[in-house]
Amino acid sequence: MSLPSVGGASRDGYGNALLRLADDPRVVVLEADLGKSTKSCHFREKFPERTVSLGIAEQNMMLVAAGMASSGKIPFASTFAIFTERAFEQIRNGVARPGLQVHICGSHGGIHTGSDGSSAQTIEDLAVYRSIPKMTVIHPCDDLSAEELTVQLLNLEGPSYMRTGRNKVPRMYDEESKLDLRIGTGSVLEEGNDVAIIACGVMVGLACEAASTLSEEGIGCTVVDMHTIKPLDDNLLARLSKQCGCFVSAEDHSVIGGLGGALAEWLSSNNPIPLEMVGVKDRFGESGGVSELMIEIGLTSESICEAARKCIDRKNAA
Amino acid sequence: MGDGVEGRVDELEEMARLCRIDIVKMTNAAGSGHPGGSLSAIDCMVALYGTSIRFDTNNPNWEDRDRFIMSKGHASPAMYAILHQMGVLEQRDLLGFRTMGSVCQGHVDMNWTKGVDFSAGSLGMGLSFGLGCALSAKMDSSERSIWVMLGDGETQEGQIWEAAMAANYHSASNLRVIVDRNRIQNDDFMEVQMEIGNIGEKFASFGWVVREVDGHDMTALVEVFRWVDSSDEGPIAIIANTTKGKGVSFMEDNPSFHGKAPDDEELSIALEELS
Repeated sequence: MSLPSVGGASRDGYGNALLRLADDPRVVVLEADLGKSTKSCHFREKFPERTVSLGIAEQNMMLVAAGMASSGKIPFASTFAIFTERAFEQIRNGVARPGLQVHICGSHGGIHTGSDGSSAQTIEDLAVYRSIPKMTVIHPCDDLSAEELTVQLLNLEGPSYMRTGRNKVPRMYDEESKLDLRIGTGSVLEEGNDVAIIACGVMVGLACEAASTLSEEGIGCTVVDMHTIKPLDDNLLARLSKQCGCFVSAEDHSVIGGLGGALAEWLSSNNPIPLEMVGVKDRFGESGGVSELMIEIGLTSESICEAARKCIDRKNAA
Repeated sequence: MGDGVEGRVDELEEMARLCRIDIVKMTNAAGSGHPGGSLSAIDCMVALYGTSIRFDTNNPNWEDRDRFIMSKGHASPAMYAILHQMGVLEQRDLLGFRTMGSVCQGHVDMNWTKGVDFSAGSLGMGLSFGLGCALSAKMDSSERSIWVMLGDGETQEGQIWEAAMAANYHSASNLRVIVDRNRIQNDDFMEVQMEIGNIGEKFASFGWVVREVDGHDMTALVEVFRWVDSSDEGPIAIIANTTKGKGVSFMEDNPSFHGKAPDDEELSIALEELS
């Protein structure tokens, strides 16, 4: 794999995608005062007549979006990931239950958000949205994949939640490889037979780093960008569970209920092989620099390496 | 009032009587449901559906219909009774209320019932949804109006005021609210639970045009909806002063019939009073 280029943050990809979607007159954008942060601001600047600014009132925004979806629009509503959760019940009852095509984007998710501190560091959004029937849940790893997957939302029936990140990250895709991305299909970035590291968001880059370290030890890793947490890619998991015999999950999210939780559910029903989870261990974050915080919380390539070694040991002991 | 309106009022009052009979019958058949707030809201709904709202009974999902958002979704019996009168629902649909597979779900649900524009059941959300419908209509240069029925207890939800604030800012002149001011919420009278004072003044302070009306005076209701139709102003809030349980003596002003169905004996008394 060639060295990754440094791109924007995944939120930049979301903002770019909205501009690409503007050709469809059904697309409308809703904001709750954080357009400059979520990057919906670019759409607002060019298409003010199709942007609805609702102030700092997320609950209202979600139902305005629902009403617009019921009237033939395709709303993209964004705010910080944590503030979408303020409107959880609105999303559950007002958007998802009637199956309305509202696309919600929560930016600044995860510990990687950094110095803003624990109030903004959403670590449970993937879990809570995954629990809602009919919701598609997506967490892209870089700007190019966020852009491509957001564009594909146009043709997705039903509601979705996408978490994007605040900070710039290395690109896992280029202009060509991004075209292979599909909602609901995990992207295999590397193939190996000893362990499958299944990651999302900023942890995908760290998973690739870990795979590189482990290969020097003679350990072959498959690395998956599982950008779609729901629905999970059953076919890929079935193949990899046989091929690798153990999984490591890696997410900037609580180990409870997110990607790791989803994999645990899948494995217990389908193929109970060892799983080690790298994620936030049932604690809140704190302020700090991104790198030092990720080390403090245990979201590092070394944590992934340790989890992989342990997982392989468990597999071999079985 | 113009020629023929008095006859029309008689017709509407008869329609409201039939709706009330449906409301008590379907809640009795289900053994549960919310008759009190259905009986308080029904005259407003009859006046609206009978005179003003643009609704095609042969095509309830007509794209350019006016929308009716029943935000106080527990008053579903009132919605189903109206749709029965409009010929969208059958008597047997109503009697299946709250049973498995019924098109008449416990709370109004747009995915289950033709002619229902909103899936309610959680209070405080309908006005925001209506605002979304209103903004879409404006974007589409459509003449359609958006009506939202709110309960007065429901206005304790903060989201109502988020939506009220946004509606005025976004000049949603096609958005119309009816507040069913029956003064009773689930547990007790609002003045016991948490009285919120003059709801009309509150809407007015958010920039809404407000009218108050006796929510059981059919002539006054027809007049007020006629005024709304001719008005370019908005958003508009109609505060309809009502009596919970209106039309059935033992339910009137009785908090215990917010969420309790009449038993068989109570039903026969109710039907006698409504005959």
